[in-house]
Amino acid sequence: MIKHLRSAADLDAETATLILDTAAEMAALSGREVKKLPALRGRTVVNLFYEDSTRTRISFEAAAKRLSADVINFSAKGSSVSKGESLKDTALTLQAMGADAVVIRHSASGAPHRLANWVEGSVVNAGDGTHEHPTQALLDAYTMRSRLGRLDGLRVSIVGDVLHSRVARSNVLLLSTLGAQVTLVGPPTLIPLDVAAALSPSTKVSYDLDSVIPDSDVVMMLRVQTERMQDSYFPSAREYSRRYGLDLPRMRNMPEHAIVMHPGPMNRGMEIAPEVADSPRSTIVEQVANGVSVRMAVLYLLLGGK
Amino acid sequence: MAQPRADAPSKIILAGSDLSRVVDRIAHQILEKTSGATGTVLLGIPTRGVPLAHRLAARIHAFEGVEVPVGSLDITLYRDDLRLKATRALGRTELPPGGIDGLRVILVDDVLFSGRSVRAALDALKDLGRPSSVQLAVLVDRGHRQLPIRADYVGKNIPTALSESVKVAVTEIDDTDEVRLIGGLQ
Repeated sequence: MIKHLRSAADLDAETATLILDTAAEMAALSGREVKKLPALRGRTVVNLFYEDSTRTRISFEAAAKRLSADVINFSAKGSSVSKGESLKDTALTLQAMGADAVVIRHSASGAPHRLANWVEGSVVNAGDGTHEHPTQALLDAYTMRSRLGRLDGLRVSIVGDVLHSRVARSNVLLLSTLGAQVTLVGPPTLIPLDVAAALSPSTKVSYDLDSVIPDSDVVMMLRVQTERMQDSYFPSAREYSRRYGLDLPRMRNMPEHAIVMHPGPMNRGMEIAPEVADSPRSTIVEQVANGVSVRMAVLYLLLGGK
Repeated sequence: MAQPRADAPSKIILAGSDLSRVVDRIAHQILEKTSGATGTVLLGIPTRGVPLAHRLAARIHAFEGVEVPVGSLDITLYRDDLRLKATRALGRTELPPGGIDGLRVILVDDVLFSGRSVRAALDALKDLGRPSSVQLAVLVDRGHRQLPIRADYVGKNIPTALSESVKVAVTEIDDTDEVRLIGGLQ
């Protein structure tokens, strides 16, 4: 088993499948009366969050607690970081406290890679800048597999702000490893062509959402990350929504079995219409529930053994 | 514990129909000891305890027409040696629809050795419900217990040396029915 999960590229098909299979067994636990397993008793997991997060942090915390690990939550606000402490000094502090795993979210791409050199425990990337978010890709793959029964040969369209999306990068890497065919869709200003090719040569690119929709098994909408946008990438929110938003008429053009995904948080009315987000085809709430099972699987596989 | 080498000499202890007869006998003993196997659930411990539990249920049904619910109980996350070995893949835990509360649970495993798997299974059961009582059925008891645990139903007692290992094969998984003693022989 690998020691760190810094990038979806750390996972080969065999390891990724093992994580998804383990997650399926973990999911069966959520129906039990005692939702707690002793597997990580006495281990310490630190959630090191330099960026705001709701679902990822809560999800990692729930996952670690269900495996009986001790959880220490650290957020940059209200800590010595606001006094100017560097990532390295914070890491050394965590090391001294005996953290067996550090789950890190950071606004700087590559922070988890640096951290892995400074601490002895496992490092799990919970989102770094515009780089990667591997556990999100794993839970997306898990959701696709449980809804559609397979990943191999699945046609997945990832739509919207690919440029700023760590979710998109991790998904392209993981889904390609698992045999899915990924198409990136969005305005030319928000699709980094070089990145698309570098991540996986089989990735396709399209600027026309309507032509892609009838041939998609999965349509994954990305949030338009206005907080990371320094320039104007499209003329207006209304125009973006018209050309790249998923509304009801577009959803009706999807194949009957196809599903709609969104990593959250959503801009309802911008990239996704409220009626689409709340439709039975949408897996958005399911994705959150699956997130806990997938993160339990990751923590168990990274920390459970020798 | 030292494992015998793959090319070590081996001896078949039970084969084919012998193994079926042993399963038949355990099924009869369960019926006898539980007054007709009412209020009883069989839980197999993966991997090979699960098909054995299903076979016992089928034999009990054939003998007395009683339907005994069957499930599986994975103990991986409850093992006390998790940290001593590489990470293990998980097996399946599946309780019968009626659950286990207030019922007699019979755990089914292939080989009883140190007793540590059974201890893990008892811990796992505690998180799943409260059976009225718990019993243990094993195909082979090879001795060398490290915990105060004994089986209620034993298919065959095989005296072994610690340097030997006992391998159970069942048709459902291994395409053949046999119990083999490996290593330690002249």
